[in-house]
Amino acid sequence: MDISINLADGVPIYKQIVNQVRYLAASGALAPGEELPPIRTLALQLKVTPNTIVRAYDELEAAGVIHKRRGSGSFVSDVRHSPLADTERQRIIEQRVDSLLAEAHHLNFTADDVLRVIRDRRAVMERRSTAMTEK
Amino acid sequence: MANTVIDVHEISRTFGTKRALDRVTFRATEGKVYGLVGANGAGKTTLLKHLLGLLRAQSGSVRVFDRDPVRDPVGVLSRVGYLSEERELPEWMRVDELMQYTQAYHPTWDAAYARELLDTFALDPSKKIKELSKGMRAQAGLVAAVAHRPELLILDEPSSGLDAVVRRDILDAIVRTVADDGRTVIFSSHLLDEVERMSDHVTMMHEGRVTLNGELDDVRRRYRRSRVRFVEAFDRAPVLESALAMEGGGRMWSVVHSGPSEEFRLSVLTHGGEIVESRDATLEEIFLARAGRSRQPVEAA
Repeated sequence: MDISINLADGVPIYKQIVNQVRYLAASGALAPGEELPPIRTLALQLKVTPNTIVRAYDELEAAGVIHKRRGSGSFVSDVRHSPLADTERQRIIEQRVDSLLAEAHHLNFTADDVLRVIRDRRAVMERRSTAMTEK
Repeated sequence: MANTVIDVHEISRTFGTKRALDRVTFRATEGKVYGLVGANGAGKTTLLKHLLGLLRAQSGSVRVFDRDPVRDPVGVLSRVGYLSEERELPEWMRVDELMQYTQAYHPTWDAAYARELLDTFALDPSKKIKELSKGMRAQAGLVAAVAHRPELLILDEPSSGLDAVVRRDILDAIVRTVADDGRTVIFSSHLLDEVERMSDHVTMMHEGRVTLNGELDDVRRRYRRSRVRFVEAFDRAPVLESALAMEGGGRMWSVVHSGPSEEFRLSVLTHGGEIVESRDATLEEIFLARAGRSRQPVEAA
């Protein structure tokens, strides 16, 4: 499973795992019914204490992203078209916007400036794709 | 409720005039990884030696598996695996002799597991300890420490001076010890990123005292690292409420501070500043701030 831990961003490790599995499941990169790595395997892969994986899996189960089967492992639930996927999509885009706004603030752009830049960039991209299709 | 494995209560220890441990209290429960951090001479090794019964507490009490490790060394040590930074191994023994020797003390020795580890590490059983490289000695010491599948694994600066491959072997041993039926690990390290990844619980020591002790995520939540921008430039760090350490210069400063954040925010505001960005501090940031080793310590904080 493609998960990476970044100690510098200040988010607890179990939370980073939860967020990334949610993202992988919401985006379909983890298919419904797919089995997650066993706790020990993922702990060895990420070089983290196994209890961190236990905590992450527990939280993912409570959120309905995965389900456990007795005597076997943890499996991805079908979350692609559920309201959860919408919440997750919303959460992901909000995170991006938050960091964009922080960066903009740092560079002395107001939120309105940012909106203007977004519209401009969209116009540029649309012109490009029209030019592409006309070719 | 998990079983208590280690119960150290208010132990003190002096070496000559030096106070090595000053009323240290420490508890560990089954199934967790305990990280012990602190500068050299903070008392980490002295604490670990008390757990092993290698030192007797001058005051206070030490219980491991509810036994006194000084009075009942066999009862404690048969259930403990230990690897020290010095890796004091008998130089003249061959690797396979070291295994037999260690096995003799441990009825629970798992010969198949020992062989598997020696294979993984590509250690030649017929080699003498004194012929081994530093990394191979650490690996041999590690096999001797874990092959009896101890209920408590004690590692004193296990990664010290080792390359990335052997450090990974040691971390793998920690994971396996905990993942397989919830045994307990306590390890000291100066590699804070290693401690941050591997520990459920962290204890910070400074000059013989425990200065910080708790679940890693709780400890981290108690500290924030914020970037602050001021209207006017400061040559020296302004004194901010609840700030532990500040770095930067001019209008932009990076601050490690304790919660609650509201107090900090108001203090920044009264200095004509604003918080640009804020997040939980990393263990390294907390450690440096607490040890007063940040480049611009705030004395009056």
